Order: sequence, then C-alpha cells, then structure tokens
Amino acid sequence: MTINGWLQIAVFLALVLAVTKPMGIFLTHVFNRERTFMDPVLRPLERLLYRLTGVDEDHEMKWTEYAFAMLLFSVVSMLLLYLMQRVQGFLPFNPQKFAAVSPAHLAFNTAASFTTNTNWQSYSGESTMSYFTQMAGLAYHNFISAATGIALAIAFVRGIARRQMQTIGNFWVDMVRSCLWVLLPFCVVGALVLVSQGVVQNLKPYDAVKLVEPQQVQHVNADGKPAVDAAGKPVMDTVATQTIAQGPVASQEIIKEWGTNGGGFFNANSSHPFENPSPLSNLIELFTIFAISAGLTYTLGRMTGSQSHGWAVWGAMAVLFLAGVTVAYWAEARGNPLLHGVNQQVTATQAGGNMEGKEVRFGITNSALFATVTTDASCGAINGWHDSFTPLGGMVPLVNIMLSEVIFGGVGAGMYGILIYVVLAVFIAGLMVGRTPEYLGKKIEAYDVKMAMLVALIFPLVILVFTGFSSVNGFGTSSITNPGPHGFTQMLYAFTSGAGNNGSAFGGLNTNTLWYNTTLGMTMLIGRFFMIIPMLAIAGNLAQKKYVPPSLGTFPVTTPLFSALLIGVILIVGALTFFPALSLGPILEHLLMAAGKTF
Amino acid sequence: MKQNLKIAILMTLVTTVLLGIIYPLVVTGLAQVMFHDKANGQLITRHGEIVGSRIIGQAFAGSGYLHSRPSAAGNGYDAANSGGTNFAPTNQKLIDRVNSDVARLQAENPGQPIPIDLVTTSASGLDPDITPAAAEFQVPRLAHERGLGEDQVRQIIQRHTYGRQLGFLGEPRINVLEVNLALDDVSPLAKK
Repeated sequence: MTINGWLQIAVFLALVLAVTKPMGIFLTHVFNRERTFMDPVLRPLERLLYRLTGVDEDHEMKWTEYAFAMLLFSVVSMLLLYLMQRVQGFLPFNPQKFAAVSPAHLAFNTAASFTTNTNWQSYSGESTMSYFTQMAGLAYHNFISAATGIALAIAFVRGIARRQMQTIGNFWVDMVRSCLWVLLPFCVVGALVLVSQGVVQNLKPYDAVKLVEPQQVQHVNADGKPAVDAAGKPVMDTVATQTIAQGPVASQEIIKEWGTNGGGFFNANSSHPFENPSPLSNLIELFTIFAISAGLTYTLGRMTGSQSHGWAVWGAMAVLFLAGVTVAYWAEARGNPLLHGVNQQVTATQAGGNMEGKEVRFGITNSALFATVTTDASCGAINGWHDSFTPLGGMVPLVNIMLSEVIFGGVGAGMYGILIYVVLAVFIAGLMVGRTPEYLGKKIEAYDVKMAMLVALIFPLVILVFTGFSSVNGFGTSSITNPGPHGFTQMLYAFTSGAGNNGSAFGGLNTNTLWYNTTLGMTMLIGRFFMIIPMLAIAGNLAQKKYVPPSLGTFPVTTPLFSALLIGVILIVGALTFFPALSLGPILEHLLMAAGKTF
Repeated sequence: MKQNLKIAILMTLVTTVLLGIIYPLVVTGLAQVMFHDKANGQLITRHGEIVGSRIIGQAFAGSGYLHSRPSAAGNGYDAANSGGTNFAPTNQKLIDRVNSDVARLQAENPGQPIPIDLVTTSASGLDPDITPAAAEFQVPRLAHERGLGEDQVRQIIQRHTYGRQLGFLGEPRINVLEVNLALDDVSPLAKK
C-alpha cells in the first residue's frame, strides 16, 4: 500500500462527497416536477412521449398500481429483448453477421439479466451480439432498468414523506423523468468525454491488423485440445493477423456505470482498453457508479425534511466503503505467497502485488478500488477478474453483494435497499428502549417489519438454496474451473451476484449451461421483483399513516449513533446469514493458501 | 389496468427508438466528428497497412522485441476474444505456468527476480503496457539483439513511457507496441 494509492482513493471519495448535495437537489427538483435548467429542451420531449404513449401525467397511483405498471413495463421490454436476440441475424447494424443468440436459455438468461439491472453475462459480447442488439437491446435496458430503480426509490421516499395519502406518484412519469433528466443528457456528454480518452464509438466491421511480428501458436483441434502430430510434437499455426473488435462502445459504456448496470460491451468489460483506456477514464467510471446513489441520500433528507438523516445514512455508507476498500487493497497488495522467483514488492518502477487478471495501467490500487465500488453498488462492471483476486481480496466484493449492495448501492436499488435496513434498525432500537418504533414521524408497525423481513429473508434463501443444489450435483460442479474451496466460492459468488442484481462474477465458472442459465435467470428475477414488491408495500403503507411528532422516547435517526446502529444491523444480518458459507469458501482458501496448499 | 398494458407496449417501443437507436447514433456522429482517431481505435498504419492499435497489445516472442505480458485472450492477444485466465491464486495451473515462465526468463537475467507483471496475464488479455521494471529487465537482451547501446534502448523506452495521469492517477507504464515500432525504425532486425 502506498501514499499515492491512498491519495487516489481519497480523491475518489472526495468527488463522491462533493457531488452528493448538487445531485440530491437536482433529483429533488426533477421528481417534485419543479423547474430545472434543462426544461426548455426536455419538457417538450417529455410531453411528446406522454402523447405518443397515452400517459396522463397528473394521474397518481396507489402502490399496487405503481407496482403493476412497473411489472408490465419490465415484462414487455424483457420479451422484446429476448425476441431481438433471437432474430438479430435479420436486423441491421450487424457487420460481423452474427446469427441468433442461442441456445434459448442463453437468450432468456440475458433478457432476465438486463431487465433486472443485473447484467450478468453468460456470453462474450464481441463474439455474440450484433451492434443493433448491443444498442437497442442491451444498452437500452441499461437506461430503463436504471430509470425504473430510481423511480422506485423516489416512490419509497415519497411514502415516508407523505401523510395520510393513498398514492405514491406515477410510475410512468417517474420513469420517463429519470430517463430524460437524470440519465440521457449526462450520457451524451459523458460518452464523448470517454471517447476523448480512447473509448471507441463506431459502427464499422472489425479491423484486420497485420501483426508486427507474426506468432507461432499451437493449433487447437475441434475438440478444444492442443494438436500434436504422430511423433507427439505440437502442431503449430502461424498467426499473422489480429482482428480488433469495434463498435458503438462509449454510448453503452457511460450508461453501464451511470445506471450501475455493469454489462460490458466486450467480454473483458472495463478492463478492455476500448472500454476503459486510461486512468482518467477509470476514475470517471468509478465516479459515475456512485454519483446518483450518493445524491439520493441527499434527496432522502430533503424530501423527508430531515437533511441530517440523509447525511447519517451517507456516513454509514462511507464507513462501510472504506472498510471494504482497505481490506481489498491490503490483500491484493500483498501478492500471491505461492509464487516464487518473482518480485511482487512495490518498487520505484512497479506497483507489484497480485497482478494475475489485472491491468498495468490500473495496478493494484485501482483494481481493488474498482472491485469494491462495483459491488458496493449493484454495478458489476469489472476492471480486473475477481476470480483471480487473493481469497480475502475476492471476499470483499462477495461480502459487499451479500450486504445487499447498500453501500451507496445501485441507482435507486441502493436507496430502497438501505431503507429496508433503516426500518429494521429503527425497529431494533425501538425494542431496546421498549417503545413503538418511529421513523421520521411514522410509526413502524408489524406490517412494515414483516415486509422488511420478507426482503431480508428471500435474498439469502435463493442464494443458499441454489448454491447448495449446485454443490452436490454434477450439473453444478462440472462448471467449476478452480478446484478446492475456490470452486465453491465460484458458485456462491454466481448466485449472490444474481440475487443481488450485481452481475460481476468469479468469471472462470462456465455458466453458459442449461442449469446455470436457467437458475441464474430465475435468481435475478426473484432478487429484483421479490424485493421491489414488499418494498413498495411498505411505501404505500407508510404514505397513509398519520404524522406523529417526535417525543423524548423517539430514537433520533440523525446522529452518528444512528449511523453506527445502521452499520451494526447491516453487518449482523449479512454476517450471521452468510458466515458459514464464507468460511467454507474464501476463509478456508485463505488459511490453506497460507499453509502453502494448491489445488 | 388495460390502459397500463397499452402504455407499457407503446412506452417500450418509443423509448427503444429514442434511447436505443437515436441516442447511440447521435453519439457516434458527434464522436466521429470530434475525436475521429480515438473513436476508431487509434489505428497505426505503416506502408498503407494497419499494423495495430495504439491501445491494444500484441504478442512478441522474438528476442529482438520488447515482450508483452502473457495473454489469455484467444490464443494470445486475440482482440476479438478478450479475457483472462480466471485462475485462482491457489490453482496449480497458475503456479505451473508462472514457474515455467520464470525459469525461461531467469535464463535471460540470471539471479534477478522477475517483475510480476511479466509472468501474469492481464484482465483483458490485451494489455498494451508493461511496468518500467519489466521493460528494464529486457534492456540488456534488446541492446544485444539490436546492436544498440543499453542507454539508446532506454531512451527509446523512455519516449514511450506514460507517467501517472494528472500526476497521480493510475500507474507508470510503457507501451510495448510503440517501443517495438520505434526499435524497428531505429535498428531493423536482419530478415531471417
């Protein structure tokens, strides 16, 4: 660990702190339908969208209608994405002439994945998807799944803020305003900034390069095995050209982070030089992952009239972020103790550390930081392979997702996720002092706590059941590529990432199989919608409650003490549920690695 | 409820056109005008042929070339198949591969530990860079093979070294393809 490394982390957090208030105020204006500086352009476009689709923008919805509209939109757009993949061979913008995405379970998995803001990828982008599918299918869902998440968070905050009302807003209006005000303008500017750093943006066929030095590589047979001749000598091929994949990358790259989606245009995601060419593009991508979610904590404070509550939540998130990045940075900087004859130390001329699966321009600091940020949020973009991280370094992203990605979190999803924890924290505080728990003037009652517990229980249930099934069946274990405890972690990470709608992976696991595509597809849908519906039920229930003025017995939610309690609840719920699984995976692997064991 | 279904269908279609087609095409148009070279992948042309992209690595095996990191993209630096090994640190395959690379490289500079990036695969499999330590490790070999002084080689490497961006971001690095093109310009290898 170096001073420069810590400086980079500090600058990143300072940027997130700086954007919180302006972003929060902007979001408040947008969703209170107040005037913003973009109205002259966007308001006519918004009206046009409503006219074309028949939306009545003054109509207010109860939580049930809000949930129903959201579900309908998700189902229709998911079906369209599935269909688009299956017929992409007949659609335009397909210079590589890619055929339909097949088998069907891969297309299902991808449709579920992008609809739920997960962006789990069982495919490799540059060898599977046409430019049309990438733009109009995948990048499009990056917009609307993010807009849906933001809309839901705002609906929840309205539920807390409103008094004795039956409604929590209009889903269509919230979703459209998210797209037009919050996502689209920034993406146009941000995409061009990324291009200035070297992210490509074109529609041309892949380029053929004449290599500077042609290479001899061993021929690979049709069965995937290296070829040998009769005498047992390797059969060599001469490779004289390099095919460079291209595409409309920047326009997808920016919404991939801004909407905490994470699905790479290329297989290598944000480690690919065309997705993330420079340290500055890396900082921009990191910053855009957290910016909206940090702003939402301020919006929470502003809309509910308790700004210091917003900051108390921000503080709890920042503490958990720093804890995660410290562990990951420390673990990766130490390197791999099983390698000999190599120099893994920090010197004047190298950053050292565990460099397998990491890029030189990012080094250890930015790889550990990216892994932490992408899983604090439900982003799932990667700039280094988590599978090749040290056991403890790789446990950080895993644990971050297990805590439900509430450390700033996914756009919207992080906000309503942490509010579930807030409800539980207030409830526990109420039990401790023996009074009815209150939250910002609303009594938290049995119905609210039941719904919050439903969310808190479904998440580990789906992860642990599917991981358990995979561990004891050939169709699960045959996809493992790293033997020993690490193989168990690969499966645990996959289902955790699916249920948490993260989308990052221990990428060695071969998930393009009937079992994994189907179960992970289901896991993602359950992780998204079985979380949203109870959450909206709480919002609807809170909205209709009377305001109770705070009394001496009210537990204040605006103090560092509250931040500490919130952190405690997050850690206890996460740790108690998943500790046994973690001890079988990364913790065991760490101990065996320290003892010099390999697999 | 029927009304919401109708809206859902129309909303999907209308927003697909706006966000899925118009938006990326507008960005493509702007990028092509404003940053033409970068938007197209910073391709390097020599004698009318594309010989590489400035930011996509290539494999080099010959002793007269600066070597890149090992690559797991396709059969090595396949820029249509990006990716890493995803080997766990405890995977015996990783240990074996590193050991064999270390043995080969130590023959070059006996007794020196190998800079770690020179024996580990990158995340993309297309890493265009190596660390200054990894470049310095190869200087004696390059000087010998190219018939240049070590300081001449160091000067060429220095010209293609990129420091931390804005003075503090990322890590210092050397662009391998640029160095090799420069070496070929300064002191071409005899054709075998």
